[in-house]
Amino acid sequence: MAKVVIMGGGVSGHTAASFLKKWLGKKHEVIVITPNSQWNWIPSNIWVGVGEMSKEEVVFPLAPVYAKAGIDYRQAKAVSIHPEGKDGDDTPFITIEYTGQEKAGQQDEIAYDYLINATGPKLNFDATPGLGNGQGQMGEHTVSVCTADHAIHANHELEKCIEKMKSGERQRFLIGTGHGMCTCQGAAFEYIFNIEHKLKEVGVRDMADITFISNESFLGDFGMGGIHFNMGGFATSSKVFAESLYAERGMDWIIGCHVNKVEAGKVHYELLDGSMGEKEFDFAMLIPPFAGVGLKAYAKDGSDITDTIIAPNGFMKVDANYNAGSYENWKASDWPSTLQNPIYKNMFAIGIAFAPPHTISKPMSSPNGTPINPTPPRTGMPSAMMGKAVAQSIVDMINGADAPTHTANMSEMGAACVASAGKGLFSGTAAAMTVYPIVPDFEKYPGVGRDMNGTTGELGLAAHWVKHILHHLFLWKAKLRPGWTLIPE
Amino acid sequence: MATEHIKHIKPYSPQFGTMIPMGTQKFLRTCIIYQLYRFIAINIRMTILILKSHH
Repeated sequence: MAKVVIMGGGVSGHTAASFLKKWLGKKHEVIVITPNSQWNWIPSNIWVGVGEMSKEEVVFPLAPVYAKAGIDYRQAKAVSIHPEGKDGDDTPFITIEYTGQEKAGQQDEIAYDYLINATGPKLNFDATPGLGNGQGQMGEHTVSVCTADHAIHANHELEKCIEKMKSGERQRFLIGTGHGMCTCQGAAFEYIFNIEHKLKEVGVRDMADITFISNESFLGDFGMGGIHFNMGGFATSSKVFAESLYAERGMDWIIGCHVNKVEAGKVHYELLDGSMGEKEFDFAMLIPPFAGVGLKAYAKDGSDITDTIIAPNGFMKVDANYNAGSYENWKASDWPSTLQNPIYKNMFAIGIAFAPPHTISKPMSSPNGTPINPTPPRTGMPSAMMGKAVAQSIVDMINGADAPTHTANMSEMGAACVASAGKGLFSGTAAAMTVYPIVPDFEKYPGVGRDMNGTTGELGLAAHWVKHILHHLFLWKAKLRPGWTLIPE
Repeated sequence: MATEHIKHIKPYSPQFGTMIPMGTQKFLRTCIIYQLYRFIAINIRMTILILKSHH
């Protein structure tokens, strides 16, 4: 009987665990370790953040779903990996610390035959002074939509601003990235447009000054080096597409920006040209940079081997080319395919947890040496596809394959992204984008890096319907309801 | 007026250098009949992408 342990129960880990249990059946064990008691459909948090959805509409408890599926669920955080076992026992194991199930604080060891790291990001608020509270959590000066609880708080603060505007007091909104190395510009993009849409709906848009602040060197970079969409016979840059949306709605932007300090009502920042600036605000949502969750690794003799399997950013090394050198030498083939750790062949990392070989966007720094460039996004579709591919590989390896049999390479797969610009059955709009491949391949697709037959974008009500339907479909799928396997990742 | 909706854009500002949708484009964004057609088109496109991406 094989034991497969998945650390993390987000989109990627939950997908892997669900398929593993379905394919392995009762003969083998599948164990999920996650500190959360609930699963969150993160893309809809922006709607919670503007009061268009409740928390209950975007989360559900994991325990009953896993119990029904026969998955062993531990509400705990993974602390360390021991891939060689310990003195007197070669069985690899991880150490965990419970965060619930009436065992909070208790530690345990979980042995494994195969391990999947799907721990996702640590929201590194403290990377920017004032953005965090100094203890790893969000500070008091800004809001966030990274979690459902954060989004609830964000909406409360938004409502206070709306009341002020209704009584004639102008409000300044600042939305974007809170550090020079952030990812997830798409989430900030969605949130700023949903705020603008909300303010229009409640009749106070003319009392608001709205500014987007981002580490992108151009609007529409999205951490992907920008995208060229096939639109009306042109290969249209996402820069034009994005600027058009902001300009039409009367929103300003500050780009190439590293926010280096946040205080009450003000951010301080540095730009790519080395100049410094400040921006005052009444309401600010700034995405924090991501880091790995802080896993440690130890050899059989107890020595620290974290550096051998975890990159300096805290993400796990996989079958990527980490020696690609400078931007001019980067290739699509630098990106990992099997997501298998190169040293410990029974270990994999998926979703945000794997260490990318480098950024997708061109690395840039100010003349002061401050790095200011987006880091690579890992959105829902590729994260889930990685989970499924690794699950398939592990099943085949349990059944005798000596190497992974399935791949999920971001330079060989596409992503469908739907970015909301406001919710409403007849008034809402969204940008529906297909991007193929996610990581541009300038050798295969010269000039634009992507297949113009598969890379498209449009804004309209239909895309909003798609996003809302996907909300329901993916929650149905995650709850493992009848037919869940028919819903593609 | 055809450009009333963009009266906030000032010459030589960053917003001045991009493209802005005009009347027909804006209308089509929320025109139910046209968007029903776009809904089908988006779903076909996404299905093709999904099929192309799974290995």
